[in-house]
Amino acid sequence: MNLMSWGMYPRIESNVFKFDGEESLKHVINEHSELIPYGNGRSYGDSALSRNIVDLRPKNHFIDFDEDNGLLHVQAGVMLAEILEAFVLRGWFLKVTPGTKLITVGGAIASDIHGKNHHVAGCFCECVEDFKIMLADGTIASCSKKTAPELWKATCGGMGLTGVILAARIYLKKINSHYINQTTIKTRNLKETFAAFEEYRDKPYSVAWIDCLARGDDIGKCLLMVGDFRDDGQLDYRLKPQKTIPFNFPSFALNNWSVRAFNKLYYGRVKERVTRQKVDIDTFFYPLDAIGHWNRIYGKPGFTQYQFILPKETSYKGLEEILGAIADSGKGSFLAVLKLYGEANGNWLSFPMEGYSLALDFKIEKGLFELLDSLDKIVIKHLGRIYLTKDVRVSRETFEKGYPEIETFRKYRKDQNMDTKFQSLQSKRVGI
Amino acid sequence: MSYVLIVGAKSDIAKAIAREYAGHGYDLYLAARNSKELEEFAQDITVRTRRVVKIKELDILDYDSHQVFYDKLEEKPLGVISVVGYLGDQKKAQSDFDEVQKIIATNSTGIISLFNIIANDFEQRRSGFMVGISSVAGDRGRKNNYIYGSAKASLTAYLSGLRNRLYAAQVHVLTVNPGFVATKMTEGMDLPAKMTAQPETVAKDIYQAQQNGTNVLYTKWIWRWVMLIIRNIPEFQFKKMSI
Ligand SMILES: Cc1cc2nc3c(=O)[nH]c(=O)nc-3n(C[C@H](O)[C@H](O)[C@H](O)COP(=O)(O)OP(=O)(O)OC[C@H]3O[C@@H](n4cnc5c(N)ncnc54)[C@H](O)[C@@H]3O)c2cc1C
Ligand SMILES: NC(=O)c1ccc[n+]([C@@H]2O[C@H](COP(=O)([O-])OP(=O)(O)OC[C@H]3O[C@@H](n4cnc5c(N)ncnc54)[C@H](OP(=O)(O)O)[C@@H]3O)[C@@H](O)[C@H]2O)c1
Repeated sequence: MNLMSWGMYPRIESNVFKFDGEESLKHVINEHSELIPYGNGRSYGDSALSRNIVDLRPKNHFIDFDEDNGLLHVQAGVMLAEILEAFVLRGWFLKVTPGTKLITVGGAIASDIHGKNHHVAGCFCECVEDFKIMLADGTIASCSKKTAPELWKATCGGMGLTGVILAARIYLKKINSHYINQTTIKTRNLKETFAAFEEYRDKPYSVAWIDCLARGDDIGKCLLMVGDFRDDGQLDYRLKPQKTIPFNFPSFALNNWSVRAFNKLYYGRVKERVTRQKVDIDTFFYPLDAIGHWNRIYGKPGFTQYQFILPKETSYKGLEEILGAIADSGKGSFLAVLKLYGEANGNWLSFPMEGYSLALDFKIEKGLFELLDSLDKIVIKHLGRIYLTKDVRVSRETFEKGYPEIETFRKYRKDQNMDTKFQSLQSKRVGI
Repeated sequence: MSYVLIVGAKSDIAKAIAREYAGHGYDLYLAARNSKELEEFAQDITVRTRRVVKIKELDILDYDSHQVFYDKLEEKPLGVISVVGYLGDQKKAQSDFDEVQKIIATNSTGIISLFNIIANDFEQRRSGFMVGISSVAGDRGRKNNYIYGSAKASLTAYLSGLRNRLYAAQVHVLTVNPGFVATKMTEGMDLPAKMTAQPETVAKDIYQAQQNGTNVLYTKWIWRWVMLIIRNIPEFQFKKMSI
């Protein structure tokens, strides 16, 4: 079957394995190598692509829910959207959610994803009590941070390379409204942007949209959006009709000019320095999900997201340098999202560390990978790293420099015979 | 409480229908053969929606059991949806009459047997809805699946007559004609993506159509027009075609 992930690049031919019970999955694992689990394909690059993939989406049963403490037991193919559909009305929300609800619980664990509240709530795995995973020899292990610390640190953020997560128990958090009080702060440059992040640090949710075509003194100007749930007792969750991009746009549609116009419109729309809005869950957390298949605006060649993080001490200098390099290159990024992070959690391949991260979307075109290679150098110089779940091209060398526990991870995979069984295009490229 | 009875509940389309109805606040009877396999799924719906889900054993080919099956339901359902079907093997059926009987009985006679019983009850109570999943294959016989097609044609005609009869009793009958649907039945077939529906979409369409009192639903909608064209191809031409 022809497969791709959200970036639509690369597209490869894979054998897709579905399974009924545990026995049939064990059979697949015993019989095949070069296997990788595939959730909902919302990773951007080649993390979930391989010669043989195990399709987890059909494993979408809810198993149990404890109203007293918010502990939800689900199979790994359940999507976050399904959890919201069932639980927002009852006053529960995810403790950690990314910018799309169209990902599976298995994918959330494997990428140890984070949300707008990383600086207060940490990564997704912080809300996981335990999970069940099928390992390279077909046995099933139950894993919590306490009972199997090594398997835990390898699997949370381990990009599916330790086995197939089958089910997990996760804690939800209580909410008393489906509305969020949002404050939007408009800044004029990077200095103001950093100051604004610090000023609003106590707000649980924060994220900034950067205009990355700005130059000179304007570099780093942004709209910072912060917020928290209201407490008005209004609980509802109705799905809005979705608009969808029906086909791939011709690839010239998204050129420098249209990006410039978009950023101008977006930024220019907000007139005052500080404004306040009341918005609902979907508007606040998942603005991009309102348009189905928005990835198609990048046209057939596809696109990638470049997301890196820098430690706090080097963030300012590093970002200034990188934003400058992007502006000079003239390659527009439609979306540029800046975020402040809290401390790292010790999982071997988890992306977050205390500091700032920037995520930029680029369409795949000539010269792009050269630009990204040069950005890599700046990232490494400032002791940063690249987010695997967004990546499709990083070199082994750059990757290794960013992740100090890489050898621990490699050795663990080898000792457990995982390295020959579970592989993705990405794991082969970066040698993990 | 208000139960909807779903027959053939193990199919992917039935499961999507079950989630759709539970999501709208209905309790469910899920009827199937080897129904024990539905336990995990029933629990799934209960956790998602807090609705009551009861599993019932039913073999649509065991006609004699149908009356007892229906009488034993603790509470009579508000409506019934049959998803039961069997595609069968056309090639085999051309020379093996057992296969023919199985195709006809599963897609038509078995459902008619059960629906007769339920129709009589609904008619008397002057309420209820009945939904039968037929197929576009019943709209015109093609060489690739005309045994299945003729069984579905029989079901379609039955549902049409039933709708006509029960109109006076305000019991609504909905005929569903899916085109291609991505399910276990069609797994491995090379279906055109644009013409193929997901079970969840089919379930949403069915729920809407049933609530709106639609008589005949094609899903995806485009199949209504595709079948209009196919039905209107003159026979002298159709017989030479391979579609
Ligand atoms: C619009 C958009 C916004 C996003 N925003 C954020 C964000 O704010 N923060 C963030 O952290 N990420 C974000 N992401 C990235 C996304 O959350 C991750 O890529 C996530 O892992 C995708 O989950 P998936 O279910 O689609 O998994 P896939 O893309 O299918 O797989 C991702 C990885 O998880 C592994 N995997 C999947 N299921 C299992 C399983 N059952 N067992 C073991 N391994 C498994 C795969 O092998 C692969 O390595 C965003 C993505 C999009 C498209
Ligand atoms: N998929 C399509 O493209 C498509 C297109 C048009 C119409 N349809 C119709 O849609 C319906 C659902 O199809 P599907 O695609 O979901 O395929 P499916 O999984 O094969 O569904 C058929 C269901 O009927 C049940 N069944 C068969 N014989 C039975 C019996 N004797 N007693 C009780 N139940 C019995 C099966 O139960 P078991 O699990 O026990 O076998 C199964 O759950 C069928 O009526 C089919 O004809 C499908």
